[in-house]
Amino acid sequence: MIPAPFEYARPTSVDEALGLLAGSDDAKVIAGGQSLLPVLRMRLNAPELVVDIGRIPALHGIRDVAGGGAVAGGGGAIEIGAMTPYHELLASDEIRTELGLLHDAVASVGDPQIRHRGTLGGSLAHADPAGDCGAVALALEAEMVIAGPAGERVVPAADFFQDLFTTAVGEDELLVAVRFPVHPGWGSRYEKFVRTAQQWPIVAVGACVHMADGKTISAARIGLTNMGPTPLRARAVEEALVGVEPTAQAVGAACAAVADGTSPPSDLNGDADYRRHLATVLARRAVLAAAGAA
Amino acid sequence: MTTTEEAPAAPADEIGRDRRRKEDRRLITGRTHWTDNIVLPGTLHLAMVRSPFAHANITGIDTRAAAQAPNVVAVLTGTDLAATQGVLANAWPITPDQVTPEHKPVAVDRVAFAGEIVAVVVARSAAAAADAADLVDVDYDELPAALDLRTAAAATPENGGAIAHPDLGTNNSAQWIFDSAQAGTGGNVEDAIAAARADGIVIEREYRQQRLIPAFMEPRSVVVDPTGEQITVWSATQIPHIARFLLAATTGVPESKIRYIAPDVGGGFGGKLQTTPEEWAAFAVARRFGKPVKYTETRSESLQSAHHGRDQWQKLTLAATNDGTVTGLKVELLADLGAYVALVGGGVPVLGAFMFNAIYKFPAYRFDCRTVLTNKAWTDAYRGAGRPEATFAIERLMDELAAELGRDPLEVRRQNWITHDEFPFTTVAGLTYDSGDYESATAQAVDAFGYEDLRAEQARRREAGDPVQLGIGVSTFTEMCGLAPSRVLGSLDYGAGGWEHAEIRMLPTGKVEVVTGASAHGQGHETAFSQIVADRLGVPFEDVEVLHGDTQVAPRGLDTYGSRSLTVGGEALALAADKVVAKAKPWAAHLLEADPRDIEFSRGTFAVSGTGEGKTIQEIALAAFAAHDYPEGIEPGIDAEVTFDPVNFSFPHGTHLCAVEVDTETGAVRLRKYVCVDDVGTVINPLIVAGQVHGGLVQGIAQALWEEAVYDESGTLLTGTLADYLVPSAADLISFDTAHRSTPATSNSLGAKGVGEAGTIASTPAVVNAVVDAIRPYGVHDVEMPCTPARVWRAIQDGSAS
Repeated sequence: MIPAPFEYARPTSVDEALGLLAGSDDAKVIAGGQSLLPVLRMRLNAPELVVDIGRIPALHGIRDVAGGGAVAGGGGAIEIGAMTPYHELLASDEIRTELGLLHDAVASVGDPQIRHRGTLGGSLAHADPAGDCGAVALALEAEMVIAGPAGERVVPAADFFQDLFTTAVGEDELLVAVRFPVHPGWGSRYEKFVRTAQQWPIVAVGACVHMADGKTISAARIGLTNMGPTPLRARAVEEALVGVEPTAQAVGAACAAVADGTSPPSDLNGDADYRRHLATVLARRAVLAAAGAA
Repeated sequence: MTTTEEAPAAPADEIGRDRRRKEDRRLITGRTHWTDNIVLPGTLHLAMVRSPFAHANITGIDTRAAAQAPNVVAVLTGTDLAATQGVLANAWPITPDQVTPEHKPVAVDRVAFAGEIVAVVVARSAAAAADAADLVDVDYDELPAALDLRTAAAATPENGGAIAHPDLGTNNSAQWIFDSAQAGTGGNVEDAIAAARADGIVIEREYRQQRLIPAFMEPRSVVVDPTGEQITVWSATQIPHIARFLLAATTGVPESKIRYIAPDVGGGFGGKLQTTPEEWAAFAVARRFGKPVKYTETRSESLQSAHHGRDQWQKLTLAATNDGTVTGLKVELLADLGAYVALVGGGVPVLGAFMFNAIYKFPAYRFDCRTVLTNKAWTDAYRGAGRPEATFAIERLMDELAAELGRDPLEVRRQNWITHDEFPFTTVAGLTYDSGDYESATAQAVDAFGYEDLRAEQARRREAGDPVQLGIGVSTFTEMCGLAPSRVLGSLDYGAGGWEHAEIRMLPTGKVEVVTGASAHGQGHETAFSQIVADRLGVPFEDVEVLHGDTQVAPRGLDTYGSRSLTVGGEALALAADKVVAKAKPWAAHLLEADPRDIEFSRGTFAVSGTGEGKTIQEIALAAFAAHDYPEGIEPGIDAEVTFDPVNFSFPHGTHLCAVEVDTETGAVRLRKYVCVDDVGTVINPLIVAGQVHGGLVQGIAQALWEEAVYDESGTLLTGTLADYLVPSAADLISFDTAHRSTPATSNSLGAKGVGEAGTIASTPAVVNAVVDAIRPYGVHDVEMPCTPARVWRAIQDGSAS
């Protein structure tokens, strides 16, 4: 499979990358290539310019930032460079202990080769609703750091995903980092449903749960993967879970409406009704596991 | 899995020894030439322009923009190639009146499936060809497409149904019937069914064999070099000999002017048992320009246009007495040919005709198959070819009969199967099974499986209303392998024989060159064949070199498919080795100054009985090379050739037991345990046999759970990438518990039965039986394949509701 001809540029700084994007009407950013390359090779898209941001040092790495994110119990935040590949997140003790939900989700992505090449920022900016990281970013209330001609701006995850394959990142902008507030004392679980291990999720549910008194759920955050054109947050369920004991019956009842207002796709893996049903089962399981009850 | 140490063993111990495959070093490290690696000076590259429509008239092709693109040499349409491209032949017209559409490699005025080639771009690089292919502007006038198999079978011009080839006036290609009453092999099945309706049990089911796509690792690729006295074709094919013959026969180029080479080939599974439009088009273009030509398909092209497999509707009626003895089986089959009758496309369901009665003593049997043309990719052999479909149907039915009787499915099988002391046994389908022992294989499998414990766990889960239910699936299969006795193929109107050829050349240095017509595409022939020859000649395994896959090196052969390589090709080699020994014996007697009758051959040495004197076979080979001193009246050489034509098929069998856990909340199916005990006759190399069984199991399980080629209502393939056509990986499977027993085949001196297809044939019904068994308490009697979580969950919902 041979893509249509394109120009290729590999900038070494964010400014250089932004300059290249500003100078072209038809550029695509390659950020690991696990989605873009198949699209190019199948000639579903034929951009004039491909900007490879893989060699910009500032876009790599995992670092602590103080004060980011206003989460209950506020414990600061971890900033992850957009071009940090999945395998580096998996190898990070800090991600595993502080951002368990992200670690879980990333561990389920594709296969080792994909996790070696694929990047967190690439996945989020591509905004495939079946991508695993979007629901995680919503559930963890991440903040997206976007660089543009006018400098950097920070967009909450809730405002980042706008439509199918569409985000708040403008044509002349780059997603440069993602800040995840840490949730000390919270439990989490990413429940992903697939037919084969390497498949995109049919549905997945990411849950974070806090139990202040150790007996009932005091706060919950639920993110949904592939239940509509964008990753979704199930706020009504989050509210319904407050005060609930982590039993299958009580949590199941609180999660029963998790698919309300969603518009999941129908495809060879199942129709929309099946996906809505799956979401309720997976949400219950994810919450129970996050609460340490499963 | 355990492997023995590779310590040098006495040569005669080669049979039954775990040998690591000698070909793997080059295959795994890539130090070999796959077809696409072949680089010849001045090569022209091809890109195919393919129809996006399932059925359309071609009203115009504007090639001007493409022809003017950089580095493009030409853009050729079917009209341009009409005089030279030949046709793609069907080698097995199953009836004299079979309706067979003409199949041009490049369509001329009409396309009959999405993916059919309408033009060929010839360029100086593959990239230039691909770019220019986008510029070819084809005007189509869409026609109604025949897509659904059952609808197509019922369509006529009169009722307004879509006809895949309007000029033929029908979608029905052929009807092939076997009736045991007519054949004299059994009773009348309608009588049996009527009797069972009056007093007995009648099980009626319809099963769908979904369409599958052979997902070989190496896409198909062809290089044609016309710059010599012969035209050389390299192709990623299973059948260099058959392809060469048909290329000559359909293009008019003398066969002696074509050299066909299948270099190392990266898998086939039947998918490369084909003569392809791409090979034929490349041949025509190479001849036209007098330059080497290369074409390698993309994975998307492979999924869309290479032949598919399975795709049948099976309507089954099984009659039994109230105590569970089967009295008759009626099979009504629709088989989807796709748009053209492929090389052996129509014959695939006929291969299954002899297998529906499986290991059982059915007194009456009728098989009625209609092959149907549709506007989808053509279908042909896919691992098992006809036999998996038949095995699935009967093994599902036997479980349904057991459920109807409220009895254990193994018990019902025992009641109906052929017992060990009844061999040889002539079946209701007219085949004579030479050997087998279903009781022992089943007993061993039941023991290894822990059958009773799992049944107890199943009962506990049912009792407790566990959301995760356990199911146990049984499959006691047999298959006909070792294709095939030439006379039998002739009686079935197949266009060729089923023999295989072998040659053994004793080199003066004592090394041995072995030539076989059965060319491997991943099976390990070089290792297994070396073991056979080392065993028979008493030479070191390392000294045997197996040559194959090039019609100039191995001029006679019928290639690799149908679990035939060992039972037919391996036997030819064994007989050739025996011939070498027989030819060498007079030499040894002469050199030892003894009577030939006193010479005994053992472990590579010819010895005079009762004395310590002897000559090794290597010494004889050198003596025959020098030829200074040898008996009168014989030729100076001990090389030998054999063409072996089997007198019967071989009949591997086995008992496969599968346990699955079904999550009733999601419909997810998880494999819990898989045990199989296969009887493949004499095992030459247990390691290779284990590999074949493991791979075969995965392929059969994949049909049960994951794989399906799906078209939309306009005839576009929805599963056009490997993101949608779900081929499993190791991460989706469990460790299998495989074992084998051996009742040697009597149709070859090795006692081998064949193993290439066993796992695939047996495993699909084992898994589906397990899935259905798990959720039968919910009122479920069937789940259509593949048993996706959505289908399983829906079956539970529908079953519980009813």
